[in-house]
Amino acid sequence: MSEPGSNAATADSAHAGETRRDFIHIAAATVAVGGVAAVAWPFIQQLAPAGDTRALSSAEVDISKVPEGGEIRVLIGGMPFFIRHRTANEIQEARNVNVATLRDPQTDDERLRPNMQGALNPTILVTSGTCTHLGCVPVGPSQGTVGDFGGWYCPCHGSHYDTSGRIRKGPAPSNLPVPNYTYASDTIIKITL
Amino acid sequence: MSGPSTYEPKTGFTKWLDSRLPVVRLAADSLVDFPTPKNLNYWWTFGGILAVCLVIQIVTGIVLAMHYTASTASAFDSVERIMRDVEYGDLIRNIHATGASMFFLAVYVHMFRGMYYGSYKNPREVLWILGVVIYGLMMATAFMGYVLPWGQMSFHGSAVITNLIGAIPLVGPVVKTYLMGGPAIGDPTLNRFFSLHYLLPFVIAGVVILHIWALHVTGNGNPTGVSVKDVKKDTVPFHPYYTVKDGFAIILFLIVFAIFVFYYPNALGHADNSIEANPLVTPAHIVPEWYLLPFYAILRAVTFDIGPIPAKLIGVAAMFGSILILFVLPWLDTSKVRSMRYRPFARQLFLVFVVACIGLGFCGANNPDDLLFKFREDKLAVTYTTTDGKAATELFDDFNQARARQTALPPTAGASIEISASGFKWLWLSQILGAYYFLYFLFILPVLGVVEKPKPRPASIADSVRKKHGSKTSSPVAGVAPQAAE
Repeated sequence: MSEPGSNAATADSAHAGETRRDFIHIAAATVAVGGVAAVAWPFIQQLAPAGDTRALSSAEVDISKVPEGGEIRVLIGGMPFFIRHRTANEIQEARNVNVATLRDPQTDDERLRPNMQGALNPTILVTSGTCTHLGCVPVGPSQGTVGDFGGWYCPCHGSHYDTSGRIRKGPAPSNLPVPNYTYASDTIIKITL
Repeated sequence: MSGPSTYEPKTGFTKWLDSRLPVVRLAADSLVDFPTPKNLNYWWTFGGILAVCLVIQIVTGIVLAMHYTASTASAFDSVERIMRDVEYGDLIRNIHATGASMFFLAVYVHMFRGMYYGSYKNPREVLWILGVVIYGLMMATAFMGYVLPWGQMSFHGSAVITNLIGAIPLVGPVVKTYLMGGPAIGDPTLNRFFSLHYLLPFVIAGVVILHIWALHVTGNGNPTGVSVKDVKKDTVPFHPYYTVKDGFAIILFLIVFAIFVFYYPNALGHADNSIEANPLVTPAHIVPEWYLLPFYAILRAVTFDIGPIPAKLIGVAAMFGSILILFVLPWLDTSKVRSMRYRPFARQLFLVFVVACIGLGFCGANNPDDLLFKFREDKLAVTYTTTDGKAATELFDDFNQARARQTALPPTAGASIEISASGFKWLWLSQILGAYYFLYFLFILPVLGVVEKPKPRPASIADSVRKKHGSKTSSPVAGVAPQAAE
């Protein structure tokens, strides 16, 4: 049905009853919704990590300072990471494991990254410092407790990790993840979140 | 219930004001003349108590914000300064921290009262839903407020909760990042939580106004669940009858409040929150504040995958579901009888529900794998690997025997001795109680409303009051066929 006094009704029966005013309503509402969305976007996006926060999402670490048999712990953007200098014994233990018996099967080599020469450096192991069970921070050689398998032990719910950071016992479902990192030189690694 | 206004402006000024902004009329209609059922018991005083709690939290919170700094470097110190150096700072902070617990205590009584007396039923569904909205806002406010002192439990508790949100499929990780403002809980998180913690109480105040508005449209329920039939016989004016009754209850409540503030200010908190947050050291046992423990128990009760859905996600869904289910409660309960006084089975199953909720709180406070009670004395277990690569365990009562067995095994067996305890785990209790929680809403209430035969209900509120006080009364309505929305 066309509006009184309007000649706008279309002759086409499929569009009978539509008027120019309907078009204006829809167009105006569309513009309003677009406007609201355009204004809302900055107010939502401001919640995202800021530039300086993102800039802190990688860090270079000097691995030559890590004592053999010990580890250092670094916080990158608030996330803990373990950098461990393994002894020959610890490397041997990590390699001797029958991978098929593991909860989250991974060989020790799969948990290492190539250095500048393209070779794996088994003495340095880099893992996340967040227990894969409920996000606690496991204790390690610097706290004097390494668990039943010589790696790390999570005091919250008793997960034991081996010298390759793999889950061996306890409730955690998977291995301590290996972060993205590359060798920037023979002694510097760059860890990126 | 809100009939025509009976307010008559008397002075020249109030007459002038009434035709311009009838604010005195609004106050008189809602707080003085408002017709209120004459049989409300003390369970009905918790609405007024909650209003007092909200005011206390806002006033003390505004004062604390004058002395608090939202920065990970100085938040903990600024709270310590409030406790040690700011004049009366310790008192005001203790009121605010205790006030949060008292607020939740009162809201739980208020909600259980609503569930027992069927306060969510026709025509009060919107009133109930607004209450659930307020409850959700309270939980969000309390969670963010708990992060602000930047103690160990603040930090690691909030890490657990944000990780839960991250477990939601598809949108979870994005929402989590936008909530935290970075890869982990840090300065951006603390600042936005402070901002929102200041904002949300005023949002709560706004929804409270809607809640009271909805209340004044339908009028109060009452312990019999029978609707007001004759305003003159069934009701009394709000003032002075209920201002005095509410006021008395508020004073009793404030006495309990004051006992906590002055004598046990730390009883409801956690000792770990007196240690400054350290992202590298996790407290051995992360627990939320007591008022969130039942939901934490439901979250951790799910330890099993269902098909391809991992246990963690089901736990998160169950936890959020246990709160969201309250929104649809008015449609889950099929009984036309409002008050459980006249529902013999529902009444008992409701009491079991209350016990289950409290029990879930205890489950949430305990490590799921700890034992509630033991089936037998602890034994020593020698665990080793057999020659064909399988794990084996043998139990011993005596250490020397266990030691002898361990040394008798070849070194390749890797035998170790552990304490073997056998008993009833807290986890199992939380699974049983969590199952009852959902069963109550999804099976008991829908089915019982159809199959239960309610007891006879009084013909009117005035009748029930007369009967209680021993006067003669007309015969009660037969309970075989419940009348609509009683």
